[in-house]
Amino acid sequence: MKPYAYVRAATLDEATAAYAGHSGAHYLGGGTNLVDLMKLGVTAPDALVDISRLPLDGIELRPDGALRIGATARNSDIAAHPVVRDRWPVLSQALLAGASGQLRNIATAGGNLLQRTRCPFFQDTAKPCNKRRPGSGCAAREGSHRDHAVLGHSPHCIATHPSDMAVALAALDATVELHGTGGERSVPAAEFHRLPGDRPEQDTVLRPGELITAIVLPPHSAGLPSAYRKARDRASYAFALASVAALVEVQDGLVRRSALAFGALAHRPWRAHRAEEALRGVEPTRAAVERAVDAELASAEPLRDNAYKVPLARNLACEVLTRLAGPR
Amino acid sequence: MRHTTAASAAAPRTGHRAPPPSQSPDGPALGASVERREGHEKVRGTARYAAEYHPHGRVYAWPVPATVSRGRVVRVDDAEALDLPGVLAVLTPDTAPRLGDAGDAVLRVLQDDRVPHRGWYVALVVAETLEAARAAAAAVHVDYETEPHDAALTADHPDAYIPESVNGGYPAVRERGDPDAAFEAAQVRVDTGYRVPPEHNQPMEPHAATAEWHGDRLTLHDSDQGASAVGAALAALFELPEDHVTVVAEHVGGGFGSKGTPRPHAVLAAMAARQVGRPVTLALPRRHLPAIVGHRPPTLHRIRLGADRGGRLTSLVHEITTQTSRVKEFVEQAATPGRTMYGCEHSRTVHRAVPLDVPTPSWMRAPGVAPGMYALESAMDELAGTLGLDPIELRVRNDTDREPDSDRPFSSRHLVDCLREGADRFGWAGRDPRPGSDRRGALLIGTGVASALYPVHFQPSLATAHALPDGSHVVRVAAADIGTGSRTVLAQIAADALGVPLDRVRAEVGSSALPTAPLAGGSSGTASWGTAVHEACTALAGRLAEHRGPLPPEGLRETADTSDAADRGAGYARDAFGAHFAEVQVDTDSGEVRIRRLLGVFAAGHVLNARTARSQFLGGMTMGAGMALMEGSTMEPSFGDFTETDLALYHVPSHADIADIEAHWIDEEDAHLNPMGSKGIGEIGIVGTAAAVGNAVHHATGVRYRELPLTPDRILAGLSGAVAAAS
Repeated sequence: MKPYAYVRAATLDEATAAYAGHSGAHYLGGGTNLVDLMKLGVTAPDALVDISRLPLDGIELRPDGALRIGATARNSDIAAHPVVRDRWPVLSQALLAGASGQLRNIATAGGNLLQRTRCPFFQDTAKPCNKRRPGSGCAAREGSHRDHAVLGHSPHCIATHPSDMAVALAALDATVELHGTGGERSVPAAEFHRLPGDRPEQDTVLRPGELITAIVLPPHSAGLPSAYRKARDRASYAFALASVAALVEVQDGLVRRSALAFGALAHRPWRAHRAEEALRGVEPTRAAVERAVDAELASAEPLRDNAYKVPLARNLACEVLTRLAGPR
Repeated sequence: MRHTTAASAAAPRTGHRAPPPSQSPDGPALGASVERREGHEKVRGTARYAAEYHPHGRVYAWPVPATVSRGRVVRVDDAEALDLPGVLAVLTPDTAPRLGDAGDAVLRVLQDDRVPHRGWYVALVVAETLEAARAAAAAVHVDYETEPHDAALTADHPDAYIPESVNGGYPAVRERGDPDAAFEAAQVRVDTGYRVPPEHNQPMEPHAATAEWHGDRLTLHDSDQGASAVGAALAALFELPEDHVTVVAEHVGGGFGSKGTPRPHAVLAAMAARQVGRPVTLALPRRHLPAIVGHRPPTLHRIRLGADRGGRLTSLVHEITTQTSRVKEFVEQAATPGRTMYGCEHSRTVHRAVPLDVPTPSWMRAPGVAPGMYALESAMDELAGTLGLDPIELRVRNDTDREPDSDRPFSSRHLVDCLREGADRFGWAGRDPRPGSDRRGALLIGTGVASALYPVHFQPSLATAHALPDGSHVVRVAAADIGTGSRTVLAQIAADALGVPLDRVRAEVGSSALPTAPLAGGSSGTASWGTAVHEACTALAGRLAEHRGPLPPEGLRETADTSDAADRGAGYARDAFGAHFAEVQVDTDSGEVRIRRLLGVFAAGHVLNARTARSQFLGGMTMGAGMALMEGSTMEPSFGDFTETDLALYHVPSHADIADIEAHWIDEEDAHLNPMGSKGIGEIGIVGTAAAVGNAVHHATGVRYRELPLTPDRILAGLSGAVAAAS
């Protein structure tokens, strides 16, 4: 096999230094996706910087009410965390809707965000894919694309991001904390992933060498009615055909605030600002909810075989929003 | 006839067969609920599979699949691969050893430059480690001369032809009476069509072999459904006497038909081991399986049913179109069930095949019968709806005691009993037949029923029975235990025939060095091997009864060969029957279908081991549920291969997909089968399941879906069409 360097980092700075010191380095977390991609020949790192033993697996409630989830916290630990379950249930539900028990036990929070698309053409090195080999073309556009994007895709790429967790984070106004050689910064979770445009090889806004250190859930999204709903081909262990993460705050019969994000519709979790805007201050009747969701999905551009995703996403969003806004 | 339930399956059977020479004090072993003999080993992970044998110096092979859809290999550049550390050899169509003829074109790997379909192997790398072999395979550069290809199956394809016969040796066309005129004249008519996509066996253990040569003798640890056949094929290919090849398949992690014929992995492993002079393991990557180990080809069905107002069929026409490859002809026998299922004076059943530049289809659990019965039993449901007749009653009215196609009487047929027993257990009575009548919030609930069928097959086998001086017994037969429990049931058969307790019998299976035996396939294994075991043990029991004094040190041994055995079934049609009942919920928001209850009742002769039989029925039903709801792949016309090649994309059911599942059976007495009185049970569980689920979805929604699988995209499209039609 292609030899690669393996570095186990003990500190953050060691990790970023090791990354900087090796061209073609990748960070290794739980490895549930990266190792698969290495076996498939999709990714061929020259070095793996193992960050799984960095002290980044804590889940800590801050005095200001924010929850800081370390980047190497395991998906199963986050999902089971009592504070998550109590204050941000949509995140726990999203995590439990993803993968299998075995995978959740090993997959990290940071790795979940950085997993690659499951587009079959991305995973088959004998076929064109602009994300894997820029300029080679997109086999999915004319090929099998039932599972692909209906929002925000480009002529270069119609892949979706597969994470369930990221959809919940987008709805929760979570931020992603990053550590790089240039220092620390944080990025809203909803803006962490990119739309493909003409650079589909670039999944996220991460700069070279930057490391996710934590995900922070803000206090303002805590304790509100929230839920995740996912439609899929089988009841467990399948990627979403469409999913929604939502939270709704109703005061005096009117929507004070809502947040809605779609999964499996785009190259990134799709925060539905237009729908949220349409719901603000209105009575959450079924008709009002439908109008709001339709306003968001009006920009959908389905392909030959995935038009079903638009009514599917609409149905899921209307059901979840109506449920959350209803009497409690 | 006796009714046995899964819950009380351990109950002793009635003694309706000839008693063994002397009865074991524990009662007969056959019919009891007996644990699998290798179960503990498997659970503990100590059972060794083909890739887990590591003879000294063992190295690894990794194949290189073609990346064009049709054409020729012009050049294989292996320089870069050979330069990689640990790489021992690259076999190409130019350099690979020449093979003899085993009568199966898919085994002629690396023999010429032809690329008949994408994924066909064009080279094989051998290296010191698995990782090195895989990396080197990626570094083999192949130049091709491509040719235009065609991988798109259509019902009106200009190349469609009617073959001489279809899989199983059945005639491609059968016609009785004047089905067209009878259809035109029928008081009630259903003219409908169904589509079943390509499906893949996807056994848990991918195909694997470890090959080792000692001079011109080959030992191959293999994952297959029949060691004798693999041994014979390898002997032919390598032009060796058959006794120079030993194929061992002690434990096999499933096959579902895909390991029923010898497969290229076994040939390549043996070839590579000979080339490098070291033992070689080749475990096929999961992603290669769809192109290399066969698939259930897609079937396009047209069915016309004519009936009188009382629901009696007057015309049954079932015509299917399917695909075959250009490597060899394989035609899924999907129109055959109509020849057996229901009494009907006028009938035509036709198979058409379209040769395409696609991987070669092959056997998958209940070949032909599973997709054929999906279509036929869905059409019967449509007919029941058109008649306003209960779908069980429709089937009862068309029951027959003679097989319509052959006019032979059935040796036993308890279809109606299965339907009635299932209806009782399921709570069918009082069902509101109106589609869409049970709405609970966003959920629509519905129930459906379908019949099941699987023919009885039997193949000749050898077996030996050996009595040892310590009072124990060994039966030997080159049977395959692919997880079904054949090792266990053969010991049960032997124990009863010998009249000794089960723990005094050992069964040795899974090696071509044992007495030659047919494969585990066609639900015929237990009947075929078991008859030989029974005969050998009966003969041995006779000798033991006459023997006076202690046994000689080498014991006593008897061999049976059933090649010339009289056919007990001569003059009879022999089939197992059953009935499936499904209750589904359809989520009108998400389009998701979940099975709330699945219940099967089967009449398959005498059930020999209640525990393993239940596993077979439940496993078949689960696979049928997968066929209904999620299994299927896409033949990508531009590439000529299947898109869904891993288990993340090719979905098989999870536990959460079926809330409740039950299998029951009606024990039949049938003297026209074999000494055990058994019919096969490995496949009938998958037959009809998808129709029962689809019929339940129709009952839930009022929408007749005619293409599998019933995934949310299709469900939503159908529901919106129904709304559109209603408004």
